[in-house]
Amino acid sequence: MEKDISVSVNKIDNFEKISGQARYVNDIEIPGALYAKTFRSPIVSGEIVSIKIPTLPQGYYIVDYRDVPGKNAVKIIKDDMPIFAEKTLRYYGEPILLIIGPDKTIIQSLINQIIIDTTLTEPIYDERNIGVNYHYEKGNPQASFAEANRIIEYTYKTGYQEQAYIEPQGLIGYPEGDRITLIGSMQCPYYIKNAVILALGCRPEQVRIIQPAVGGAFGGKEEFPSLLGCQLAVAVKKIQKPIRLIYEREEDIEVTTKRHPSIIRMKAAVDKNNNITAIASDIRLDGGAYLGLSNVVLSRSMIASTGAYTIPSVDCSGIVYLTNTVPTGAFRGFGAPQIFYAVEMFVNHIAKDLGIDPLEFKLKHLAKQGDLTSTSGTFRDPILMNELVKRALVISDYRQKCEKYQIGDTLRGMGISLFFHGCGFTGSGEATIIKAQVKLHKDEHDFVDILIAAVDMGQGVRTTISKIVANTLDIPLEKVRFPYPDTDNITDSGPTVASRTIMIVGGLVDKAAQKMRKEWQSGKSATVIENYVQPDYIVWDEATFHGDAYPAYSWGVNIVDVSVDKITNQVTIEEAWSVYDLGKAIDNLIIKGQAEGGITQGFAYGYLENMEVKNGKVRQRNLTDYIIPTALDVCKLTTELIDNPYAGGPYGAKGAGELTLIGGAPAVAMAIENAISRRVHNIPVTPESIMELIEYGNY
Amino acid sequence: MAIIKFTLNHKQVIVNGDPNRRLLDVIRNDFNLKGLKEGCGEGECGACAVLINHQIVNSCLYVLANAEGKDIVTIEGFAETKRFAVIKSAFETAGAVQCGFCTPGMIIATESLLNANPHPSEAEIKIGLSGNLCRCTGYNMIVEAVQIAMKAGEGLW
Repeated sequence: MEKDISVSVNKIDNFEKISGQARYVNDIEIPGALYAKTFRSPIVSGEIVSIKIPTLPQGYYIVDYRDVPGKNAVKIIKDDMPIFAEKTLRYYGEPILLIIGPDKTIIQSLINQIIIDTTLTEPIYDERNIGVNYHYEKGNPQASFAEANRIIEYTYKTGYQEQAYIEPQGLIGYPEGDRITLIGSMQCPYYIKNAVILALGCRPEQVRIIQPAVGGAFGGKEEFPSLLGCQLAVAVKKIQKPIRLIYEREEDIEVTTKRHPSIIRMKAAVDKNNNITAIASDIRLDGGAYLGLSNVVLSRSMIASTGAYTIPSVDCSGIVYLTNTVPTGAFRGFGAPQIFYAVEMFVNHIAKDLGIDPLEFKLKHLAKQGDLTSTSGTFRDPILMNELVKRALVISDYRQKCEKYQIGDTLRGMGISLFFHGCGFTGSGEATIIKAQVKLHKDEHDFVDILIAAVDMGQGVRTTISKIVANTLDIPLEKVRFPYPDTDNITDSGPTVASRTIMIVGGLVDKAAQKMRKEWQSGKSATVIENYVQPDYIVWDEATFHGDAYPAYSWGVNIVDVSVDKITNQVTIEEAWSVYDLGKAIDNLIIKGQAEGGITQGFAYGYLENMEVKNGKVRQRNLTDYIIPTALDVCKLTTELIDNPYAGGPYGAKGAGELTLIGGAPAVAMAIENAISRRVHNIPVTPESIMELIEYGNY
Repeated sequence: MAIIKFTLNHKQVIVNGDPNRRLLDVIRNDFNLKGLKEGCGEGECGACAVLINHQIVNSCLYVLANAEGKDIVTIEGFAETKRFAVIKSAFETAGAVQCGFCTPGMIIATESLLNANPHPSEAEIKIGLSGNLCRCTGYNMIVEAVQIAMKAGEGLW
């Protein structure tokens, strides 16, 4: 009988992590390494007039923009963020220079003695400074609105969310002849490598990136480590000594990227039969001081502007506005959590305005196989949402609970969210930007090494990709090794982002393993390299947002039962149920971990995690003020999968990592709305906001 | 400067130095035991947890001076015990490990809990783990691991 790949195995890094032997960047000792600390902008907006540095003791150094041999810009997309500020300061905490030396206390005292003179300019926190501006249409929205029986319009707002990986950001760098090596906490070794090449103006072979164990990332270690990597590489190049640049928690929360706050205005045309004929949306994301990855985040938001539904006509506008605040960036979901929150609440609110059952209203509009997507692409593969919803309703006893909670003043409520996640890079990104390549090497003892850039940041890819290789080669898992990525030994399989790792990289690894199996000669070494080839049916026009935005979609349903305390307005999540279609699980237990961890972050985004930026400064700067869930905040979670194998993924697998976060916030916000009988428009729904809603809100 | 004597992983040790240093730094730097991690530096995340006289303590908030005469065990020392073997196997079975950064602290929390209460209820387990933050798992798989360990290690605690 053929083995079912979904059956769980003992993860290959379990022992090293449980026993404390796993080495994260801060655990790596390099003899003679100096410490680096960043001197940062004390103002939110203005210009540097002068900087007076105290006399540096022997063995202490300063590194700033003048030391950058190449371009003083962090290679992300538009390269708009400097490695070190030169004259203009755009946010509080913007890096200006590094002080480097052997003693951390002396470094701090030197930083405290720096005198900076600045001129202040008026900071911008509103939407007037537009960084990027997109628009697309489908069908004929003008006609739909003109012919509408009713037009319904609401605005939704979402707040910041901090990734709060438990391991703070950090890298260590050291010189090796005319080369520079960086070891650190990251998701994308080649993003850092390419950024450093630009910063140093050097040859690719002069930069080596090594990834040790990574203590969580959630998108927070997608682009930000490129900034750290460039600063550190410049410092190592100048000083020619090993240097540690590792953040403490407050610095990490204060200056690293977070989820974009959003303002989303939605307008729907509804016909006489209570069908939505058009949705017009206006999505505004706060990008902070630099664009970074924000335009791609915006794309992902805009592409999902009709949620899990097929709407004949669409008019979608989006901007990223730039403000004098900490830059926002990648965070699990990447623009999708904001838009799915807005769409799910909106469709629910339309149904309530029409006086019809919100769930029935949603089911009526669900996307089906063969339908056109919001961007006029095609949902090619079977969509099992009706089955997913049906199953979720059964296991949660949804209908009965809804009825029960309506009677009397229970302050209990049920919420349900329907959502998808586009797997992989948007549009043709895989073929035009990433061009992933994977390498497998078999030695003469028939051990197979997986030599790719995929980073295991906890999501288990070292185990899942090893399983794919072992299964395809039909060899024991113990014969497969997945060393930590080192750019000297691997090929560029692309960044560990966008729910692409299993579907795209795992798919390539599977193909490479199939080739290796055909040519397998025991006792002989062999190398197989496999390059990504885009399926030719994927056609995407980036300028007009027209065509297939993603090769495949994973789907999900979340149902949640909440109670609200009558006196304190505290929300308790009583129980939650999820059903997902992510193609096929490569490991059931790993998927359970993704599902439970993802939904916990998604719920917390909806009601618990609150970050405010006042006058350009982050007010919650540590884990005491920025509250993430503890063991006491989680309830019983039930997760089920419905297999729907995708022909383009290894063993049928699609993306999983981001999907599980996306439905959490709308489900919990809707449940709170139903519990307190007041419309919810903004998240997080904190006890303070519940108090205000109960006082002033309507239903 | 002071001379502080304590037991570290069942061996007598002496540290000669500033008594105000954080126990976290002493263990990681002077003894090169890197299993405990600094996640927040202010006693919020529990990644730096050690056992002091069998009870969980955040080593980032503990000054060296207080270590005098204490019995301190880190994940490296605890990893040599039968109790560890049971907890390890339970964490593997439950899928309680993702990025692993919180894991040594979670193991220490599990030991501290089961040592004080060999048969905790689910609510007591959640309280026992509530001083340790995990951003990956959503905690239930760790709670389940403690329950598995509790049953499999019957009599060990």
